[in-house]
Amino acid sequence: MVTSDQQKRILLQGNEAVVAGALAAGCRFFAGYPITPASEISELLSVKLPELGGTFIQMEDEIASMGAVIGASLAGTKSMTATSGPGFSLIQENLGYACVTEVPCVIVNVMRGGPSTGLPTSPSQGDVQMARWGTHGDHPIIVLAVSSVSDCFSVTVKAFNLSEKYRVPVIVLSDEVVAHTREAVALPDADQIRVIDRIAPDVPPEWYKPYADNNRGVPDMAAFGDGYRHHVTGLIHDDHGYPTQDGKEVEKFIQRIHRKVSKGFQEIQVIKTHDMEDAEICVIAYGSVARSALRAVRDARNQGVKAGLIQLVTLFPFPRKSVDSYLRQCRVAIVPEMNMGQMSREISRVNQGGCRIVKHNKIDGHLISPEEILKHLITV
Amino acid sequence: MSDERYEIRFSGSGGQGIITAAVVIADAVGSFDNKYVCQTQSYGPEARGGKSKAEVVISSSPIDYPKALSVDLLLAMTQTACDAYFFDIKPEGLLVVDSGLVQQLPTSRAVSIPFTQIAREAIGKEIVANMVALGAVGYLCGQVSLSSLEQALLSRVPRGTEQMNSEALHAGIEEAKKIDLDSLPRSVLSDWDDEL
Repeated sequence: MVTSDQQKRILLQGNEAVVAGALAAGCRFFAGYPITPASEISELLSVKLPELGGTFIQMEDEIASMGAVIGASLAGTKSMTATSGPGFSLIQENLGYACVTEVPCVIVNVMRGGPSTGLPTSPSQGDVQMARWGTHGDHPIIVLAVSSVSDCFSVTVKAFNLSEKYRVPVIVLSDEVVAHTREAVALPDADQIRVIDRIAPDVPPEWYKPYADNNRGVPDMAAFGDGYRHHVTGLIHDDHGYPTQDGKEVEKFIQRIHRKVSKGFQEIQVIKTHDMEDAEICVIAYGSVARSALRAVRDARNQGVKAGLIQLVTLFPFPRKSVDSYLRQCRVAIVPEMNMGQMSREISRVNQGGCRIVKHNKIDGHLISPEEILKHLITV
Repeated sequence: MSDERYEIRFSGSGGQGIITAAVVIADAVGSFDNKYVCQTQSYGPEARGGKSKAEVVISSSPIDYPKALSVDLLLAMTQTACDAYFFDIKPEGLLVVDSGLVQQLPTSRAVSIPFTQIAREAIGKEIVANMVALGAVGYLCGQVSLSSLEQALLSRVPRGTEQMNSEALHAGIEEAKKIDLDSLPRSVLSDWDDEL
């Protein structure tokens, strides 16, 4: 996000910026269950949504929350939920339902220490692989990561846009540090924000095939109540939305829901780079750790080390095409993470022996410091 | 290493309003003085008690690492917090403590002010000790305009408590004005800089 100095800056917490981003993107429904460190999102939306004619509902748990989010989206309202690790476990069942019924929705997971109730007030990046593979079956999904307050705004807007455009759930991964850090930011005016809405069918209701393929691979979506009758099921379905076991139809369906995301790969994969032009060593980081990494890269540059930073905004589908050339350019890539190495596996997978991958993993509930990363940069 | 950054750490016990004080100064610096600012916090799962810490990083350029790297000013509102969070203060950094609650000072570059006592006796409510401390910190750090600090404070406290909070802030500022920072001992480490 570009902040201009003319605009009035306001002090916002990461979680508050997520709310601002969601509302700017057109979110008008939220269902959730409070949990540290994501509660501020619910708290603020419970005030803001009614003011805008939207709906806020606190459900009995996260399973029900995710169900409500899917229902609201099927009725034509942009919807989201926000949770943390334990709640993220519970949403997984219905998340799979959203994937297979191709219901646009955004799920914010503010990562805290796990497993289980773990460390409620401490940051972690332990849910990265779960965000990609938490729900069963071969499902398409998009996972984005935020690292600053302004990211929380712009990435949340992007999450809604991608979700609407590709009819796929989008996970926004935040962490306790990003969520609770306050920064003074100038949010862009509404007219400066590009908002994408799902495409409604333009055929007469009796011609509507709710899951028919088209050149985008994304079927037009009618809202319940608009007169377009359609059947929604978690069973694999044909073009009309009715269950099928016909091998050809099953394969066609699964292929299509993956193809629609692959087709948008160029637009979906987002990375940010700093000092990468002549870098010989790079740090690949995401979330709050990317900020420690940026500091470490600057300090390393001051010591004459040609270091650079690749910040992953899109975690899945892994931004292979953007990262590839840098992996060949550098001799070493350092991957600091607040987990046991969940993203470094992904980087090693696409790296194909191009450069040496050095992991730095911290699982004590504290943010990785610039010094820890710098140590690698000056010694590898 | 920490170039133009100025780092303040507020510390004490959960329930003392440590984080609130940090948020107010961050708001003053970021929204009113238009500097770059990052405010972070760490606290335990308890509602009250336990160590509480909040940090504010102030800079004229965008801030990369959001937490403190080496602290310029540490406010300690309990002895436990003082002991736990003093370790990475700069040699020329300043320690500010509540003299009624922190008796053992780990440095002679320290300022002791009875924040809680002032809040109780002069303002009439112990609960605003954090705002008395905020006034002193705001004055002593020299990083924030005091009128911005008051504006930010008034925009964030519950309606009906403006007067009390504002009085507390001013009491802190006045108390800090009596302190002569130049009279504090300097760190000998800075004399060794050339040799190190």
